[in-house]
Amino acid sequence: MTLLENRSAEIPAPREITTKPRRSDQIFRAVVTIGGMTSLVILGLIALFLSLKGISVLRVEKFTFITESKWEVLQDAEGKVAESTFGLGAMLIGTFLSAFIAVIVGVPIAVLSALYLTFYARGPVKKLLISLIDLMAAFPSLLFGFWGFIVLMGSAEYWAKLLNKYLGFIPIFDVPAPIFERSPFIAGLVLAIMIIPIVTAISREIFDQTPLDRVQAAYALGASKLAMIRAVVIPYGRGGVVGGAMLGLGRAMGETVAVYTVLNVVYQVNWQVLFGAGGNVASLILLKFGEAGPEEVNALMAAGLVLFLLTLTVNAISDVLINKFGKKGR
Amino acid sequence: MTQSTIPKPQMPWGTSKAQRMATASLLVLAGLLAGAAIELTGLSGKLGFAAAYFFFASLVIFAQQLQLRDLAAAKDSLLSSFALLAMTITLIPIVSIVSTVVLKGYKGIHFGMFTNDMTQASVNDPVQAGGLLHALVGTIIMVGGALIVSFPIGLLTALYLTEIRGSLARPIKFLVQAMSGVPSIVAGLFILSILVIPVTQELNGLMGSLALSILMIPTIARTAEEMLLLIPNELREAGVALGATQWRTVSGVVVPAAKSGLVTAVILGIARIIGETAPILLVSGGADALNFNPMSGPMGSLPFYIWKAFLTGGTEEAYARAWGGMLILLILIMVLFGLARYLSGRRAV
Repeated sequence: MTLLENRSAEIPAPREITTKPRRSDQIFRAVVTIGGMTSLVILGLIALFLSLKGISVLRVEKFTFITESKWEVLQDAEGKVAESTFGLGAMLIGTFLSAFIAVIVGVPIAVLSALYLTFYARGPVKKLLISLIDLMAAFPSLLFGFWGFIVLMGSAEYWAKLLNKYLGFIPIFDVPAPIFERSPFIAGLVLAIMIIPIVTAISREIFDQTPLDRVQAAYALGASKLAMIRAVVIPYGRGGVVGGAMLGLGRAMGETVAVYTVLNVVYQVNWQVLFGAGGNVASLILLKFGEAGPEEVNALMAAGLVLFLLTLTVNAISDVLINKFGKKGR
Repeated sequence: MTQSTIPKPQMPWGTSKAQRMATASLLVLAGLLAGAAIELTGLSGKLGFAAAYFFFASLVIFAQQLQLRDLAAAKDSLLSSFALLAMTITLIPIVSIVSTVVLKGYKGIHFGMFTNDMTQASVNDPVQAGGLLHALVGTIIMVGGALIVSFPIGLLTALYLTEIRGSLARPIKFLVQAMSGVPSIVAGLFILSILVIPVTQELNGLMGSLALSILMIPTIARTAEEMLLLIPNELREAGVALGATQWRTVSGVVVPAAKSGLVTAVILGIARIIGETAPILLVSGGADALNFNPMSGPMGSLPFYIWKAFLTGGTEEAYARAWGGMLILLILIMVLFGLARYLSGRRAV
């Protein structure tokens, strides 16, 4: 009896069992949560500060900042800014034009490449091709731009002339003067080459997640590869591929350096994609920034804000699509 | 003991030798037809031949399949031709870019370029004069600075998404994705609007680092998240079962286990930003002299060096200089990329 009592006296009180996190965990969780919020803070700050700088211009120009196609700063005799008009219209058209060319040319090639990688390539060849495409996605845009300027320009010009010769009756393939160099068409081709690796990688991931049982069911029913892809892979992966294409579109819209080097950046509305003039919002910012006065810098900030919101919207839509359609298989 | 003969395995569904011969001769025929098309129509050059060849090759194979089997098989062969064509078109730029840079770039490479800067030389001077020491140093300093800012933020974001999995995990994942789509020039404008114009009034390397880190954070966060997700949950459970708090589990078990994955994330982040040009042009000034201090004075960088030689030069020497710089940049990217591949492939995932 005494032994037992003595024993019980020596046993320490049981540790309190609780689900409450310790102090160290509280600190850890707080720090990680704050760190996790950084992306929200940075995106918010980008929107806030570009708006703060751009608001003076936006307040004057109001909605015409987007619709009007006039970017002029008139100086008086003493070099002071007498009058200025800022409208992004032409560059917005150029942005959409070159980005759409990139998507129209690049996405079919990328999707077919992804089909090839998923359903045709085998073993080490497949691994090598995937590595090469991932490497290409890591090439800097500077490299694409200069390669496009030096190497691609010649053959692209040839194709542009061919297009103009046989399809010149369609207004967008017409040219006011036979200048085929440095056109939105060639810039679009360079952008297409830039987005191909991105869209290929995403499409390949989506195709890889096609449920194997359905693929095998299609083969068991005697489907050829084409019939299987049409009946199983395309319906399954359509949304994800559209999301990948949107991601490529967003990338092409925001591209600066490659467009600046390839395209003859001139501030004018140019619908004729084969004619060597045009630009996009990002390249305008780079072009005008060097000699811009304070007011023009503010206008460029506003242009940056427009570009930021545009790419953010496109990216958000693509992200929703990819997550909605790409996660089923996991 | 009867010697049973093991029959040689056969693949009746495979192509026979005769069929392969027939296909090969059809491809030769397509080549001849393409050659004839070049002679007779407006098409010309290597590209014209390639296009005509592809057209005729897919046509004759279509006809062959139609004759041997049926329409479905013929259409199927068409898809495989198109898929192969698309793959080829995707590969041509990669091969062309790498070969262009190597062929044009090696002329611009000389030993002195790693010991000199451009203060004593202009871009149009002979290639032997001057060098890109200042650009290499500037790039290393700016990328290093960006890394110091981005790695903690990227890692914390990844930890939030994988370890804490709070109620905000989905929106944050979405925002990280959105951030990776921020155009590089907007990152430069942002640093200008928040720091350069109102506070420092000076373009320097630190501003370049900060602009680059905006582009680097999403890459690091996403790769690190993927790498942390690969850590088996049993390891976390084992840590907690031994009585460790979450902090001890993460710092003592999860992060060390994901070490090579996190290094991969850092390397991919560096590869993402090392060639970024637009933000560098806006905020880091761009100098021809060696500058070790990111806090003051403009700083050169590899992309700026290439950009300047390309756009302000115009002579053979300037182009050789630019391509030489491009070759160095490409080698850096390829080494980083190979390193990341090696590290992430080494682990049995």
